[in-house]
Amino acid sequence: MKQQGNLQSIVSSAESVTKVRRWRAATGTLSTLVRHNPTAMGGGIVGLLIVFLALTAPLIAPYDPLKADFRRMAKSPDTHNYFGTDQIGRDTMSRVIYGARSSLVVSFGAVLLGTTVGSLWGLASGYLGGKFDITSQRIMEILQAFPDLILAMAISMAIGTGMRAVIVAIAVTRIPFGGRVIRSVALTVKELAYVEAGRSVGASQLRIMGLHILPQCLAPYLVLATTHLGVAIIIEAALGFLGVGIPPPTPTWGNMLADSLTSLVPHWWLVFFPGLAITVTVLAFNLLGDGIRDTLDPRLRGSIGSRG
Amino acid sequence: MQKYLLRRILYGLLTLFGVSVIIFMVMRILPGDPLVAMFGMEGFMKLSAADRARIMEDLGLSDPLLVQYVGWMKAIASGSLGKSFFRGESVGEIIMHRGPLSAQIGMMSVVISWMVGLPVGIISAFRPNSISDHVARSVSILFLAIPGFWLAMLIVLALLFWFNYKAPLLVVHVWQDPWMNFQLVIGPAIVLGLGQGAYIARMSRSCLLEVIREDYVRTARAKGVIEWLVVIRHALPNALLPVITLSGILMGFVLGGSVAIEQAFGVPGLGRTLVTAVIERDIIVVQNLVFLYGVIFILINVMVDLSYAWLDPRIRYH
Repeated sequence: MKQQGNLQSIVSSAESVTKVRRWRAATGTLSTLVRHNPTAMGGGIVGLLIVFLALTAPLIAPYDPLKADFRRMAKSPDTHNYFGTDQIGRDTMSRVIYGARSSLVVSFGAVLLGTTVGSLWGLASGYLGGKFDITSQRIMEILQAFPDLILAMAISMAIGTGMRAVIVAIAVTRIPFGGRVIRSVALTVKELAYVEAGRSVGASQLRIMGLHILPQCLAPYLVLATTHLGVAIIIEAALGFLGVGIPPPTPTWGNMLADSLTSLVPHWWLVFFPGLAITVTVLAFNLLGDGIRDTLDPRLRGSIGSRG
Repeated sequence: MQKYLLRRILYGLLTLFGVSVIIFMVMRILPGDPLVAMFGMEGFMKLSAADRARIMEDLGLSDPLLVQYVGWMKAIASGSLGKSFFRGESVGEIIMHRGPLSAQIGMMSVVISWMVGLPVGIISAFRPNSISDHVARSVSILFLAIPGFWLAMLIVLALLFWFNYKAPLLVVHVWQDPWMNFQLVIGPAIVLGLGQGAYIARMSRSCLLEVIREDYVRTARAKGVIEWLVVIRHALPNALLPVITLSGILMGFVLGGSVAIEQAFGVPGLGRTLVTAVIERDIIVVQNLVFLYGVIFILINVMVDLSYAWLDPRIRYH
């Protein structure tokens, strides 16, 4: 009984040692990130802050973003409304805070969907090769032959308006990026000895792709996803600005910029604050993405640049 | 070289065909009746059954898909590209009228991006980690994050506020009134140019830094060539190739970005026409304009690949 207890304590202490090691490894990576890349850390903190703002918008926003106040229309920033009010008296600050919600949901959703579909496709096309690979590559080339924003506009026109349509439209433009990068990873990994070993003991192709190659694609996948967040946010804002994104009255940064143009002489606070919100968010995610790329996979430097 | 050229052009044509098929399909999966989309539910109800059939016939939307596609290809070959439903003009006429403005903006922006981006990249690479390098890099990182259409709106606002200046809103071609035309296109060209310039500065810096480590650059330094000549004469030509490719890829940025930036400046170019057509659901116009943007993008990338092979003999032999 006592022995068993001893054994247990030994096992658990061994476990805790590995836990500590893992924890140290994790914090080690984190601390190298902080030491070598304080700007990336800054980007991460600002990004987290924006996510926090979006999550707690109802608690933080001083006013209801949809409530018009006809006694305070188009007021410049003052102590009541720090960012001023729009043409029908809605509080700009509250609308900017709520705008973070749609912007983040769309960009995270689109990047996750697009990069995942693209990566799985690229993985299969790289591993399987042959006709499937050639056809897939042609399709990706065709998708990349459209400028991002124009493809997103055409797709969102075809599948209707609303948040889901915008997510799908932006996601489609992200597919070829994931496809290309992960395909090249799969091409390298499938030649490695352990994959051949798997094949020689008769593992199915699905098993090799899922258990042997997929884990190797995780780091580039993460890098891809973070570096494309910024682009997705800009496309979402542009769609809103052009009037083909999430329809009003939902406050999004793009919609707010479009709204500001409805008066003959635009009020500066209606233009300045939503645009500043876009810039700060994109900057934060870009810095974080660059940092993650440099830490996880320095080889990818420059090869997965994001483009607008 | 000829074989490479031929293969590259063939691939370009194949992609072009795929692009046309995809656009065609996307424009045909519009949810619901295209007439409802065009006129709204109320307008749709007012039309009689005969009217509906006639309009569908007019639009050529009642034919089988394959016939429609072949019809579209014929319209492209004839140069008319089909008719806008809301305007009297054919799409070909719209492009001839508004296209030159957008083309001017695009080309000027590429020139500006090189004029700004390359010197900044060289200065950065010349003394890495110096103050000027840090400033140049921070500014380019900032410009990568600023949405072009927002910068455009701020510029319009500032000009209006401080100088009470507003750019003309008409279509003025350079052969009609060069000065008026210049005022129209310079704003969008600068904003687009700075956006691309940030990418070019970043790319040329990292490429230069890579090349500067090469042996022949050390040799040049060892024989006493002054530093700026080493960079310009010896390092730059080899570092430029990837930057040229990037500039071609950035055409997607130019074509897409110009749509939002033209809207922000109120320039009546092709981009604004596309936005209006998307909102009005003018299928024929959207279909042709999106195709045109695809054609231009593919054409430029083929040209970049060919110039690459021309500039770098190593590629020809692959």
